[in-house]
Amino acid sequence: MSKTKRIFSLFTTFLKIGAFTFGGGYAMIPLIQREVVEKHKWITDDDVLEIIAIAESTPGPIAINMATFVGSRTAGFWGSFFATLGVVLPSFLIILAISFLLREFQNIKAVQYAFMGIRAGVLALILKALWNMYKKCKKNAVAYIAMAAAFILVAFLKINVVIVIVGCAVFGLITSFIAKRRAKK
Amino acid sequence: MIFLELLLTFFKIGAFTFGGGYAMLPLIQEAVLKNGWLTEEQIINFIAVSESTPGPFAINIATYVGSVVGGTGGLGPVWGGILGAFVATLGVVLPSFIIILIVAKFYERFKKSSLVSGAMTGLKPAVVGLIGAAKIKLLLTVFFPAGLTLTVFSSPAFYISLAIFATGALLAFKKVHPIIIILLSGVLGVIAGYLIL
Repeated sequence: MSKTKRIFSLFTTFLKIGAFTFGGGYAMIPLIQREVVEKHKWITDDDVLEIIAIAESTPGPIAINMATFVGSRTAGFWGSFFATLGVVLPSFLIILAISFLLREFQNIKAVQYAFMGIRAGVLALILKALWNMYKKCKKNAVAYIAMAAAFILVAFLKINVVIVIVGCAVFGLITSFIAKRRAKK
Repeated sequence: MIFLELLLTFFKIGAFTFGGGYAMLPLIQEAVLKNGWLTEEQIINFIAVSESTPGPFAINIATYVGSVVGGTGGLGPVWGGILGAFVATLGVVLPSFIIILIVAKFYERFKKSSLVSGAMTGLKPAVVGLIGAAKIKLLLTVFFPAGLTLTVFSSPAFYISLAIFATGALLAFKKVHPIIIILLSGVLGVIAGYLIL
């Protein structure tokens, strides 16, 4: 396959992935596996697992990380450019349309009542997401301290979120460094 | 200049969100409330919209905030909205894009870096704590819209929200699809609104 064709195919594949995943993030992985690994064979299953690990240790949404990485591996810079563009485009267009619609309809009584109910429902969804993340976290002293510190600093002391994130990263670095030195002795 | 501010704000949000999805919530909340771009209620409404449309949460919320805020930027609601949505989305995508391009080049070295894995031992649990903090603020907005007062316990809206929240939580833990929960919550809200309020 010529490079131009491969770039075009990257674009359409990620366009499809962006248009058909609800919930984002991990919901995207099965579709990525089917399209990118099984159908196009651009990367292997092992690559997918490694990209997930990388996506978790780099900032930004996993969908963008995945598209950029696969694109770069398959067709260099322009590959990653068009794969990322493809995954972003459906959300962008749909949300843009919705934001215009919401502006028109937000003053209707029924819409306001619906959103009153939806706001309560969304809280339940976030509670579930939070519980899932908590379950996936390692349960050790370092983890509990970082979790509690981040919660208290932001919820009650109103400390800047970026400062808390950087602080917890440094805390993790120092404690894992100390743990390694102890293990050596 | 509102458009440059949108770009920079969302660049920062993109650069400091680890884990994606709701991990972005505390940063969005902080930036959007500080600048007075959206109210807490609008944020929650939008989370529902984002859950019921395809695509990553980060892109959805950047596009939405950009469109709403850009509409006030002097170019009119349509063109200003489109430009605002574009710069905010560009901002949130760029950090990941640049970082992954670099990581893809130095893949093997990055994988073995003890610096990265060490930092992650502190970062991952911190994200859980941060979302917990964001959640508290959202809870207060939904259940105590007029601030922490006792009068709320005599308002029917409080009990409607509480009942819908409990129903939603029950269904969510039974692994019912988020879109169904959102639709049901909306329908219950309309019914309760017309019958009781």
